Amino acid sequence: MTLSAPSQTHFQNDGQTVLPAVARRPTNTMPVIATILLALVLCILSIFTGVADINLAALFNDPQALWLLAVSRLPRTLAVVLTGGSLAICGLIMQMLARNKFVEPTTAGTGQGAALGIIIITIMAPQASLTVKMLAAIAAALCSTAIFLALIRRLPTDQPFLVPLVGLVFGGFVGAIATFIAYQLDLLQYQDVWMNGEFSGVMLGRYEMLWFAAALSFAAYFVADQFTIIGLGKDMALNLGLGYRQIMLLGMTIICVVTALSVVTVGMIPFVGLVVPNIASRMMGDNLRASLPWVAGLGAMMVLASDLIARLVRYPYEVPVSVVFGIFGSAFFLWLLFSRPTHAR
Amino acid sequence: MIEIDRIGFAIGKSEILNGVSAQLPRAKMTAIIGPNGAGKSTLLSLIARLIPPASGTIRVGGYDVQQTASDTLARILAVLRQENVIASRLRVRELVGFGRFPHTRGQPDAQDGEKIQWALDLMALSPFADRFLDQLSGGQRQRALIAMILCQDTDYILLDEPLNNLDLFHSRKLMQVLQDMAHRLGKTPVLVIHDINYAAKYADNILAMKQGGVFANGPTQAIFENHLLSDLFDTPIRIHQIDGQPVAMHH
Repeated sequence: MTLSAPSQTHFQNDGQTVLPAVARRPTNTMPVIATILLALVLCILSIFTGVADINLAALFNDPQALWLLAVSRLPRTLAVVLTGGSLAICGLIMQMLARNKFVEPTTAGTGQGAALGIIIITIMAPQASLTVKMLAAIAAALCSTAIFLALIRRLPTDQPFLVPLVGLVFGGFVGAIATFIAYQLDLLQYQDVWMNGEFSGVMLGRYEMLWFAAALSFAAYFVADQFTIIGLGKDMALNLGLGYRQIMLLGMTIICVVTALSVVTVGMIPFVGLVVPNIASRMMGDNLRASLPWVAGLGAMMVLASDLIARLVRYPYEVPVSVVFGIFGSAFFLWLLFSRPTHAR
Repeated sequence: MIEIDRIGFAIGKSEILNGVSAQLPRAKMTAIIGPNGAGKSTLLSLIARLIPPASGTIRVGGYDVQQTASDTLARILAVLRQENVIASRLRVRELVGFGRFPHTRGQPDAQDGEKIQWALDLMALSPFADRFLDQLSGGQRQRALIAMILCQDTDYILLDEPLNNLDLFHSRKLMQVLQDMAHRLGKTPVLVIHDINYAAKYADNILAMKQGGVFANGPTQAIFENHLLSDLFDTPIRIHQIDGQPVAMHH
């Protein structure tokens, strides 16, 4: 008999053998340091890019330059970092909830729902404060995300491509309602502000809501294991004693609040939530406890780079960052759909 | 002990289970056998509180599975269903480690690491422990899922057709492991199984189901009887004693 049967001592730990719990593979700090350095370089480039010439020397003897930095440049760079990081995390969470790698809030109805919410509240209560508009956006985003998740529950799990297709159709449908209403009421330009994300309008006092979005998405780290388990499916989640409904609801809330806040503040930036988590997944897998910080960092860096391109490509004018990221993102999305990882089945 | 009391279940208008009552003994391995559509998997899912019954109660180790908090039950029973599509890219060791979640809620210590290694070794997964699930064969993936369930270290272990995709070597080894767990560690494995000869060799107790009801429930030797099995499957089955073991000849 070749079986080594489990002995009783294995169940009652006698404290003789102690294996490290999780971290067996030695953590290589080089990639971490390199990533942080690259992120810093991007931040500095972002701060010192712009029409008004600011250089290090000017900062020390020119109060005007310092003021510009504090009111415009720094807020913009911070807004880019916060948006990029939190949108990437939202994409990852949504992919766990939907159990599908090809969905993200802006392609599956959440972003469009938020935009529809703002349009409706703008019509119904034009004088409403920004907070009320924000709440309307969040509520509409929640509704639309709930409908999407209910729709895909009926799809067969062995056909992963149906989910993003349903998402695109559903997102397009919700977006079309918003566009139709906006068109009828001559609000198209108004709507454009939310549908096409860009950071040129970011100033001190007009982006701070993004800190809240970022805090909320970083809070996901504390329930990272729960989100990973949700990604294993409902039966597995129940088996492991997870409050399935609570975690679903928590995930949806994070996604919708962050998406709505970023739509209201800077507009929709598609594909961030799709591209970044998929790159991280290929690199290090889907154990959120390990990958979340990377997803956030990578998201921030990629949006920083896109924003830089958007500002420099026809300097001194700007292209919306959503266009730049959309071009790279959609190309990546197509590549992702057509190149299936080599499975050993 | 698992006490099933007058369990009814229906999907739409079609009745799946019609008032099933049965008791499955503690510290014994029970095999649930029966023809397709008998309600075996449904009963297993009901025992594991994955679906709520239309009527009746189920107690596992004294806990009413509908009344007890899910996270408490997760430390008492573990379940692996038949079809498991996992889209996430997880390493084998990470997946198996999630078996500790009900005990640790995300804070594994050295003892958990030891349990994870123990489960990996049981399913001969150590060589693949750092591979991603999508880099494994179907059988290896099935073993990884079983290892996760074993790592949960519960008194009751419910497995729906665990031998799916497993080769002869690993099928036999899994059955030996489960039998050992029942006899030496006092655990209660309950398996839905189609190969009745694996049931004959390793199970202590057999629950035979047919058409949404209990056909027979008792010690393996009592169930392995020509007429009973033939009637259960509507197929002529002869039981031969080979090396002191009942072997069902059905083809």
